[in-house]
Amino acid sequence: MITLTNIHKSYQMGTNSLHVLKGIDLEIKQGEFVSIMGSSGSGKSTLLNILGILDNYDQGEYLLDGKLIQNMSERNAAKYRNETLGFIFQSFNLISFKNAMENVALPLYYQGVSRRKRNALALEYLDKLGLKPWAEHMPNELSGGQKQRVAIARALISQPKVILADEPTGALDTQTSYEVMDILKEINKDGISIIIVTHEHDIAAMTDKIIKLKDGNIGDLIINGELASFKKSYAKELQPA
Amino acid sequence: MFDIDIWQEIFSTIKKNKMRTVLTGFAVAWGIFMLMVLLGAGNGLSNGVGSNFEGNAINAMWIWSRETSKPYAGFQSGRSIQLTMDDFNDVSKMPQVDKISARYWIGDRTYAFNNEYGSYNTQACHPDYMAIENFQITKGRFLNEIDMQYGRKVMVIGANIEEALFENTDPIGQIIKVGNVPFKVIGVYSEKDPREGTRQGLIPLTTAQKLFNAGNRIHNLALTTHNISKNESQKVEENIRKLLAKNHKFDPSDERAIGLYNSLENYVETMNIFRTIKMFVWLIGIGTLIAGIVGVSNIMLIVVKERTKEIGVRKALGATPGSIIGLVLLEAILITALAGYIGMFLGISLMEGINFMMEQQAQAQVGASGDQGEIRMFMNPTVDLRIAVSAMLLLVSAGALAGYIPAKRAAAVKPIEALRDE
Repeated sequence: MITLTNIHKSYQMGTNSLHVLKGIDLEIKQGEFVSIMGSSGSGKSTLLNILGILDNYDQGEYLLDGKLIQNMSERNAAKYRNETLGFIFQSFNLISFKNAMENVALPLYYQGVSRRKRNALALEYLDKLGLKPWAEHMPNELSGGQKQRVAIARALISQPKVILADEPTGALDTQTSYEVMDILKEINKDGISIIIVTHEHDIAAMTDKIIKLKDGNIGDLIINGELASFKKSYAKELQPA
Repeated sequence: MFDIDIWQEIFSTIKKNKMRTVLTGFAVAWGIFMLMVLLGAGNGLSNGVGSNFEGNAINAMWIWSRETSKPYAGFQSGRSIQLTMDDFNDVSKMPQVDKISARYWIGDRTYAFNNEYGSYNTQACHPDYMAIENFQITKGRFLNEIDMQYGRKVMVIGANIEEALFENTDPIGQIIKVGNVPFKVIGVYSEKDPREGTRQGLIPLTTAQKLFNAGNRIHNLALTTHNISKNESQKVEENIRKLLAKNHKFDPSDERAIGLYNSLENYVETMNIFRTIKMFVWLIGIGTLIAGIVGVSNIMLIVVKERTKEIGVRKALGATPGSIIGLVLLEAILITALAGYIGMFLGISLMEGINFMMEQQAQAQVGASGDQGEIRMFMNPTVDLRIAVSAMLLLVSAGALAGYIPAKRAAAVKPIEALRDE
């Protein structure tokens, strides 16, 4: 589904250039549930932005669903994002003057789906996430967990192949975080690849594969079977605290 | 792009900032309001003064005799010039001259019909005079060539005279006594411009020559030129002066030997003044409008800045740059067009209201003082539809202009920057 080959990315900071990604090679298959971890400055957000076609990369090759993503026009990038990707953000990023249903329906608006059809579909997705009674509510009338569920519904409505989540639980308490993760797991079962960026070990431990970034390189790759040992090491990390 | 959704998007953002939108719109409305009021006032002034030319053909010239002010060819200054039929004949031969009439006044005489009488002025003229003076025959006919040829004792009377002498009788065919001389009334004339008055009788020039000892003398020449420009008209004026100077042996550069009024020259000059005024009005109006537009542009920039995050989210969800530009641009156009329309409506309403009141007043005045109107400086201060429509187009393009820079900026928003948590 996603193949990254030797991806490099630098940011120009005045006269200095900051080399953030130093040759990332990565493959994420259809239906995988992956988390990206790393300390701040390790390049995890940059990687997610490149995966989400929100940012360009300097060198290498990025294949998304078999298509080379390179030097895309804004227009094409928008189309690709709309059709193949779904986004979930830490701060939910719902549009404040639209109610829950309209927020969920927004990606379909940009696909040119008629108003009635996309609202009906939005209701359906809200229903799946147990939010149907809140369909007419504005975002500021919803709790954090509800907002994130609305955002998930919005990410799902365009039936994307990959969902990218940037700290999806970062603004939520533990209880709600687990609920959101449960929802993401459910979605993953339907065959949608999910990539989340997180710095919370317990959240990362719920995924199939953990990519640990270190100084712009992949430092550690922990796959399903080894999760147990990861949990052990994670517990060790916790001990001094 | 023009489906209902985009309008809903725009209205929901406008609703969020009602006060700001209203204030922004007010600047634009005020600009267009001022433009309409100024244009209306300019038109009013131009119409008012223009109407003062209506009484005569606009390409008319009047020539009358005066006294010389320079010694010339052995004559002393201060000599009176007497125009004659020779002058009339010479001037009428000039190719640019269209209609021409000599005029000779007989002075006040008593006009009597049955037991009614009054003192009126009698003027002798040529049949062409009607076209020069630009008056209307309300009854009967005007003087014609046959009247001239036979020196008939016929008269066209002014509407005032008809009113005074012929209360219930049709004046046409009646005999009126001017002093002791009976004249047959053949027509009644009235003036478009009430100031000119209709208190005189008009008779053929040849009749005056025979009956009132006019002989070869005339008092005045009235003529119209063919359709010519101001410059050509001035040339004709000059040629007439030269010709008369030769006939009467006065210095051609002596401006005071004869009097000459060229209505075309005056008309053109007056209209030029108004054209300049109108230009300034547009300048001021558009200046005011630009201030409003800059306001809209400014506000849209702030709106874009405030909505950076939202625009970023939209882009992440698949909004193309085009759709973002459309959103901002349409909002700017909507605000300017709507506010501008309101301003235009108010401005036009105000001017139409003033016009209505002025018309009422004018009617009341005419009713009170007969048709003896006064000089009008202000009349029909309205803006025609064409200008209103072009102002509307101006507004929409102004809105587009106001929205352009903010829209460009919105389209350039990078989703990653927008989504960065602050």
